[in-house]
Amino acid sequence: MALKSLLAASALALMATTAQAGDVRIMWYSDGIEGEVFQDLINRFMKENPGINVIVDNVAYSVIKEQLPVQLEAGNGPDIARVTAIKDLAKHWLDLRPLVADAKYWDDNFGANADWMRPDGSNQISGFMTQLTLTGGFANKTLFEQAGIPLPGPKATWDEWAAAAKKVAASQQIPYPMAMDRSGHRITGPNISFGANYIGKDGKPAPLDAGAKAFLGKFIDWAKDGSMSKDVWVSAAGQSYRAAADDFINGQVAYYYAGSWQVPNFAKKIGTNFDWVATGSPCGPTACTGLPGGAGLVAVKYTKNPKEVAKVMDYLARKDIVKEFSERTLFLPAHKGVIAEGVNFKSDSPLVKEALNNFVNATKTTSDLALKMPGWRWSDTMYGAIVTRVGQAIAGEMSTTDAFARIDSDVAEKVKASGL
Amino acid sequence: MAQPKPPSERPAAPQRHDWLSVLLQPVHLVMGLADYPLRYLQKKTGIGGMAAFFLAPNMLIFAIFVLLPLVINLIYSVTGGSALFLDERSFVGADQYRQIFDCTNYLDPMSCQEDAFWTAVGNTFWFVVLQVSLMILVSLITALILNRELIGRSFWRAVFFFPVLLSPVVVGLIWRWILQRQGLLNSMLYPLGFEPYTWLSDRTFAFAAVVGVSIWAHMGFYTLILLAGLQAIPKDLYEAAEMDGTKPARIFWRITLPLLMPNLLVVIVLALIKAVQVFDEVFVLTGGGPGTSTLFLTQYIYETGFVSLPRNAGLAAAASILMGLVLVVLTLLQLGIARKNENKGKR
Repeated sequence: MALKSLLAASALALMATTAQAGDVRIMWYSDGIEGEVFQDLINRFMKENPGINVIVDNVAYSVIKEQLPVQLEAGNGPDIARVTAIKDLAKHWLDLRPLVADAKYWDDNFGANADWMRPDGSNQISGFMTQLTLTGGFANKTLFEQAGIPLPGPKATWDEWAAAAKKVAASQQIPYPMAMDRSGHRITGPNISFGANYIGKDGKPAPLDAGAKAFLGKFIDWAKDGSMSKDVWVSAAGQSYRAAADDFINGQVAYYYAGSWQVPNFAKKIGTNFDWVATGSPCGPTACTGLPGGAGLVAVKYTKNPKEVAKVMDYLARKDIVKEFSERTLFLPAHKGVIAEGVNFKSDSPLVKEALNNFVNATKTTSDLALKMPGWRWSDTMYGAIVTRVGQAIAGEMSTTDAFARIDSDVAEKVKASGL
Repeated sequence: MAQPKPPSERPAAPQRHDWLSVLLQPVHLVMGLADYPLRYLQKKTGIGGMAAFFLAPNMLIFAIFVLLPLVINLIYSVTGGSALFLDERSFVGADQYRQIFDCTNYLDPMSCQEDAFWTAVGNTFWFVVLQVSLMILVSLITALILNRELIGRSFWRAVFFFPVLLSPVVVGLIWRWILQRQGLLNSMLYPLGFEPYTWLSDRTFAFAAVVGVSIWAHMGFYTLILLAGLQAIPKDLYEAAEMDGTKPARIFWRITLPLLMPNLLVVIVLALIKAVQVFDEVFVLTGGGPGTSTLFLTQYIYETGFVSLPRNAGLAAAASILMGLVLVVLTLLQLGIARKNENKGKR
């Protein structure tokens, strides 16, 4: 009897071990409702493929940004991850080319952004973009209407938006006319519109040029004179990310510069409290560009189950699945076939549909330089240095000139310390 | 009515020690088995060897979890590059330390190459000075009050100790909700005619808030230690002093404070060590801002090693070695004080 029990227990243990061998663990973060949609799609996958157990670990974005890179450097981590630093961590991604069912399908539909997530010079298939994003502005239409100030047009400059937002803030007695996330990514679009080019001739970071200094100087002045919310930018030291979305949602700012990923968030949280509109990116002397980006779903090369991982990735990259994911999450898709066919975003709100259309239109004015940034090895280094020093200048710890000098020396030091 | 049975007919009460001896049988067996090798070991090595033998498991744990990370940290501090594994990192000698100490004037962080490090050193220094001195003072006053015959004394003790039980992240969040623009403080001040103010964007107030919140969160623990010290002071000393007509202030300076000094010194050193290591509640409350006005050493190390891109584990390790040296000095101070107190007790 005891022997039988022992054998039964051993068999159960063996079954459990076998089940674990087919596990696929996904590290996922959410800005809005995409976690629920993703889990739903994964549940359907598991029904279709009962031999593969997919575990979705929902984590905070900070975990993806700060802890995942350390796990990867140590040769650990999940099997699949949703990340934004797709280029910086490219050496950790699994090459799915020999594993996916049809590599040509991947090249045809996701090829345009494939370079963003693979080591320079390779033809690796690392994953696909779950969403394409573009930075851009949002205006509180209700506040503008109540103030009797017309919304600046599509070709309006940063100065024109600032002037209009100031009038609205004065009339409606809100704390700040404008706000921008504490993020180097966010501030880079306007910098490029003012003529900035971070990329040197050798492909490494160049010192800040006149274009970057022009917008950054203007931005620091705006934060100091109260035209731009300084709270978000001084609310942390170093490179920490802070969003100003809550201020916009609470009707505390007239104009907020963020990006397309905020559309579902606003649809859910603002509801019918007030009308808002996506404005695209205001113009500078050189361009009217936002900065593209997005989150990629990538396979990690330290996985013990590469075949199962490829099967999950093949499923998630399917046209019908990408289409459904985009329609339900209100994210701009990166799948060429889905874009060509058109997406019917699932929202009753005309504000949402209009905002998404505006972002799609804004992609037409995205500059070539802005399109290069997501795939540039040093973009995060530049963003980090800019955020740190601009934040200090706004807090009054250093002059704008000193901040510019420090950005250059910080970046030079980082490049030197990286040994590249 | 039932008659009580004579003692001879009553069932025997279960012999508890018999059960115990049955339960202890395996222990006796193991001890019996271990007896011979232990006796042999003692014969060979003497009492000193036996002490080392019994201490070995603890020393092994200490070596793996304390000494080894320390040595690894030291090695990291002399390597460069952004790789995590040591074999992929290049040896750079004292370059990381040189970078930290590359300064024209140590009192002016902006003249240093690694200005954030020296800003963090300055902030940590002022935080330690202000937080420790104010917290000891507040804890002492609270302990003196709680030591008196108060109505609901146990309740008040619990009230002051409660924040100690909170997670530092919770402490940080609570105070951020109180102090932010649309927070509790502004909503209380607004009806009184005050315009909403962004308290945590004000460099001076943010630093003061960090000191205040830290005192609020930790004073309960130190109050408890001081209270235990106060209760250990013999009552007859106070009675004698009162009979002699000694004034309360003199009683405090001549009886309470000298007899509380051993506890007070331990509290000071513990608070100093804890203050140098401050991180979590400040990270949640201010994130080190505005600017770098509440950036402390631990956050600097964290940011350098884990957040900034590319990550610089070497520089972070060098900074943590320097911080460790400060903590070693403080720990030696604590050990010295403890030894001095012990010697006093023996005399």
